[in-house]
Amino acid sequence: MTGLSLENLSMRFDLPGGGTVQALNDVSLTLARGELLSVLGPSGCGKTTLLNIVAGFLAPTEGVVRLNGHEVRGPAAERGMVFQQGALFEWMNVRENVSFGPRMAGRRERDWGAQVDHLLEVVGLHAFKDKAVYELSGGMQQRVALARCLANDPDVILMDEPLGALDALTREKMQSLVLKLWKETGKTIILITHSVEEALLLGERLIVMAPRPGRIHREYRLPFADLGAAEDLRCVKKHPEFALRREEILSMIWDMEEEIMGRTEAAT
Amino acid sequence: MTVLLIYLVVFAASFALVRLLVHRSLSGMAARKTVTFGDESAVRPDRVASVLSVLTIFLLWGAFTGSHWVPGFLHAPGPFVGEARFTYTAEADGLPPDDATVTVAVSPLGEEAAAPQVPEGEGWAKDDAASVTAWRSGLIRVDENDAAGRDAGHRVVAVNDEPISPGGAVQTPYGRVGMSPKGTLTFEPAKGWQMEPIWLPAPEAVVARLVEIAQNGYRDSTLWEHLGWSLWRVVAGFVLGALVGIPLGYAMGLSGWFRGWFDPIVEFMRPVPPLALIPLVILWAGIGEAGKIILLFLAALWIMCIAARSGVSGVKISKVHAAYALGASKAQILRHVIIPNSLPDIFTGARVAMGVCWGTVVAAELVAAEKGAGMMIMVASKFQLTDIVLMGIILIGGIGFAIDVLMRWAERVLVPWKGRG
Repeated sequence: MTGLSLENLSMRFDLPGGGTVQALNDVSLTLARGELLSVLGPSGCGKTTLLNIVAGFLAPTEGVVRLNGHEVRGPAAERGMVFQQGALFEWMNVRENVSFGPRMAGRRERDWGAQVDHLLEVVGLHAFKDKAVYELSGGMQQRVALARCLANDPDVILMDEPLGALDALTREKMQSLVLKLWKETGKTIILITHSVEEALLLGERLIVMAPRPGRIHREYRLPFADLGAAEDLRCVKKHPEFALRREEILSMIWDMEEEIMGRTEAAT
Repeated sequence: MTVLLIYLVVFAASFALVRLLVHRSLSGMAARKTVTFGDESAVRPDRVASVLSVLTIFLLWGAFTGSHWVPGFLHAPGPFVGEARFTYTAEADGLPPDDATVTVAVSPLGEEAAAPQVPEGEGWAKDDAASVTAWRSGLIRVDENDAAGRDAGHRVVAVNDEPISPGGAVQTPYGRVGMSPKGTLTFEPAKGWQMEPIWLPAPEAVVARLVEIAQNGYRDSTLWEHLGWSLWRVVAGFVLGALVGIPLGYAMGLSGWFRGWFDPIVEFMRPVPPLALIPLVILWAGIGEAGKIILLFLAALWIMCIAARSGVSGVKISKVHAAYALGASKAQILRHVIIPNSLPDIFTGARVAMGVCWGTVVAAELVAAEKGAGMMIMVASKFQLTDIVLMGIILIGGIGFAIDVLMRWAERVLVPWKGRG
């Protein structure tokens, strides 16, 4: 079978001072090839833990992740990752960063050169390919990170708040770019975000997670990602259903945050 | 004390003067900043102050050594030179007190002056003449030409009409007249404010000595051999220390067993100053080249090891994760992520290590060496060749500074991404 499946994932940490934290409790999820899932939730709901398990950086205490039928046991090139920031190699120039995956796989430049240059063109950085990455703006750096991930041609792309550190305007442009790349490449993408708007705009599917223990609270199927690929993102935001969903999810997360605050206050 | 006061006055005066005369027009953003006190980025070193600072040091040095490079009116008062005079009053058994004059020719340093010819004068106490060199003192046996000598109970009771007794002294305008416990007069001409060349030679004397040693060498080796040996020891010790320390630091940053095993050793050896190891190294390896290189190796080893370890620990986990997710192997991550990421830390460590090694080699050569910058100044100090000592200190300082500039330049060229992660 093709696609990504998360089967009954649970994650418990032992705290140094004694006691345990249930970061994830029995999370199950199936993603078909080419689906884009956005993950929302208040801080501490286990979003990043979930992503790290799928990437293979963490082994779950229970459950298993399967990609195309085989079990995930560690990081691999088939599951690419885009971080919030600071994950570029500043001792390499833009093109060296983007071609890192193919070069590490031992492939010759004549095999990857055209593809890397094409990706640089797609993310609009061809003119900057010989620049040092620390000379680029934050938005451009995230374009490099996207291109670097795509150059490796992974089956799944995991994004951990990739646009979180960008200003609003750059963020909007990058959201269009992510949508465009998703449509063009047909990759399976899991996107973690703090922004309800971003989750709605980009997610073909959306899950809202709840904390303590981390679990899936609600799941949605959304039409906006398809709309967004066709028209301007700003028009999508004016859609009445968009506003409705946004309010619904915002108040849901708001309630969760309130509950956490209440619980902490009661404890003290 | 006086020198410090003069220095502070020069500091304050030049500040006020430069403020008054130079109207600096700051350019760029800094000119428009209204808050500069507390804004570190608005503080730029004033180069006029730097130039004045260096000039002041040389000016004070020249003024207090009577240098030809400093105009005469700036000289501090020098030692008295010329003819000094004082009178003494003598008594002897059965004779009335009588006065006589002593004329002392004070010659400049390095010149031998003859005692002037003076008439004997009147009375039983005759006038005397003597000679003494500036900054020195001389015994003056005033009784020798008097009509009544020591055997007749000759004793001096006053100088310039001020009473004097054995062990006492009288200040005259020309210097100090003292009396030894046995009653002999001593004359010490006024020293002024200048330093005697044997303690602090004038700048031109140091330059002249530098030229002389650069041409003729010192203690069977040329100047360049002395400096070259010191530098060679530093480079050899540093390279060996880096060759062992950096891999050790990497191992400690990457493996719990290595860190556990070497942590106690490194943490214990790090605070031990290399100078404290000199006696042990001499005991074990002797005073030859091996001992010095072992010492410098040890000085560089811990610094480089700790720098490499912190370079590895400082790698952002997201970079390592990204590399793994791009399919890199452990060896590739070491080669393409961990090593380049640690280079800025290693360069910082290398700068510190070179500085420490340079200081340590000089100290080691002070203890025992045949050649080297430290040996040069140590041997010179034993013969009180202060000019060579000063020359050596200036050369050592200059080379240390040059090493640091070179390392900073290399850092800028080789790791331009430093601090940009």
